[in-house]
Amino acid sequence: MMQPGLYHILFISTALFFIGMYGFFIRRNLITILMSVELILNSVNLNFIAFNKYLWPDKLTGLFFTIFIIAIAAAEAAVAIAIIINLYRTHHSIDVDVAEELKY
Amino acid sequence: MNEFFILMKPELMITVIIFILLFIKLSGTIKNDLLLLIIQVLLLLNFLAAFFFNTSGILFDGMYHTDELIAFQKCILNFGVYLISLLFADWFMNTEHLSEFFLLMLSSLLGLDFLISSGNFLMFFLSLELATIPLAAMSNFDLEKKISSEAAMKMILSSAFSSGIFLFGISLIYGATGTINFTELPAQLNGNFLQILALVFVITAFAFKLSIVPFHLWTADVYEGSPIAATSFLSVISKGGVAFVFISVLYKVFQPMHEVWYNIIMLLSIITMIVGNLFALRQQNIKRFLAFSSIAQMGFILVGVSGNSQQGTSSVVYFILIYILSNLAAFGVAAAISSQTGKEKIDDYKNLYKTNPVLCWVMALALFSLAGIPPLAGFFGKLFLLNAGASNANYGFILFAALNMIVSLYYYLKVIRSMFMDKNENPLEKINIHPSTKFALIICSAGIILAGMLSWIYDYIQSLS
Repeated sequence: MMQPGLYHILFISTALFFIGMYGFFIRRNLITILMSVELILNSVNLNFIAFNKYLWPDKLTGLFFTIFIIAIAAAEAAVAIAIIINLYRTHHSIDVDVAEELKY
Repeated sequence: MNEFFILMKPELMITVIIFILLFIKLSGTIKNDLLLLIIQVLLLLNFLAAFFFNTSGILFDGMYHTDELIAFQKCILNFGVYLISLLFADWFMNTEHLSEFFLLMLSSLLGLDFLISSGNFLMFFLSLELATIPLAAMSNFDLEKKISSEAAMKMILSSAFSSGIFLFGISLIYGATGTINFTELPAQLNGNFLQILALVFVITAFAFKLSIVPFHLWTADVYEGSPIAATSFLSVISKGGVAFVFISVLYKVFQPMHEVWYNIIMLLSIITMIVGNLFALRQQNIKRFLAFSSIAQMGFILVGVSGNSQQGTSSVVYFILIYILSNLAAFGVAAAISSQTGKEKIDDYKNLYKTNPVLCWVMALALFSLAGIPPLAGFFGKLFLLNAGASNANYGFILFAALNMIVSLYYYLKVIRSMFMDKNENPLEKINIHPSTKFALIICSAGIILAGMLSWIYDYIQSLS
């Protein structure tokens, strides 16, 4: 059976990164935008783990970085969801198009 | 053990203040004016303590490092936060959750302090998040206002997106070099394609935080929607801290690739100055106006950053000090006017000189300093920035920056003309200024005038860097 190599994982993580970026710009629902950001962060996690395993296996820097990214992403999502709930209270919707008061 | 307490003193002080505020909050109700007084005294002590026992050293296996320049940078940030606690006294008195606001603000300051001291990309990322997540909560502090929640939404999404981009860059650096230590990285960097890509990602993330064009789109909206104390913290303290660390990352970590980043910084600086100036010309709201003016100022800071020399560091630190003083003075006047009358449009300031001459003079001083008119401090700040940038002998770029100063003069003078010269039968009424706001405005004005005249300030910064 063929083992997945570094390039396979890098392909997946880069694809995830750009899917996340696409979703961030295209989606109109705030929760979905937040999910796109999580996709970006998870692609970074994959990158770190793959580099750690295939290129620099003697130290655990990449794994530790990944753990911290997961924790920070949770904290960021908590604050973001609190803000989205407040946006729902003021605008009665979580669509980004309703938040349109601040423009040039 | 002793070393730990001495080296980490600024962070420990802020942590202690955070805990004191937390205990005051938990122990029961307290009047806002007493609480504000306690906070101001604590912040003053924090600012004064930053002058003593500053040594250089390394903690936690190189994750945390400090020296006298870093201590001075932290001192500047502490000073800015102390000024903010004085300036917006009117707004603080009327807010329901005063201690929470300061808890968020001090956590963000703590993050910035760790950011300046970080010696490792992991520490760097953690402190960057500690600095930005509370900021988003601060922008949402006017809970019932629609624009405030919209501003907070824009802030948290753009900061999350930028930290994603930053992390992707870091992961590429890790893949290319196998280390994330600032001291080990320069030896490993050779400027191959992967490393250039990583550098571009990292600079992009910094550009988001510093609101450099083309990543500035959140700036004006967040500035307008947030409560004015949060806006001023965002525009001076957070920008200043990130600018300090931007220099140290570019000059120390990415030094082997300086030809690559010099071109990127020059390009970003040129478009930032153009876009910041052109958009500032047509703004009517004073907060949006200051937002675009701060974007243009960031373009100038990049001119100094491009210098890649000891003078680059010292000129940027000096300029940030002056920028904090002048921008806070402008925000303080705008806050005093808007908290009493609710007016934020520049047109509302017509003939303000008839009723509030002192406020008008302070605003004029601040704007002249931002525009860079001698003999005010802003002129010397910009002079040193251009001087540092000129060390690369790229005089077309420096000439372009100098021409942009003239464009910026036009819109700063437009506000001053509207206050002093425009005819208006019924200008805004006389505005009562809170005593602590008055004190802070006096400090700011004195700083704007004296920081340029007293040459030892710049000499001192240069001796540290």
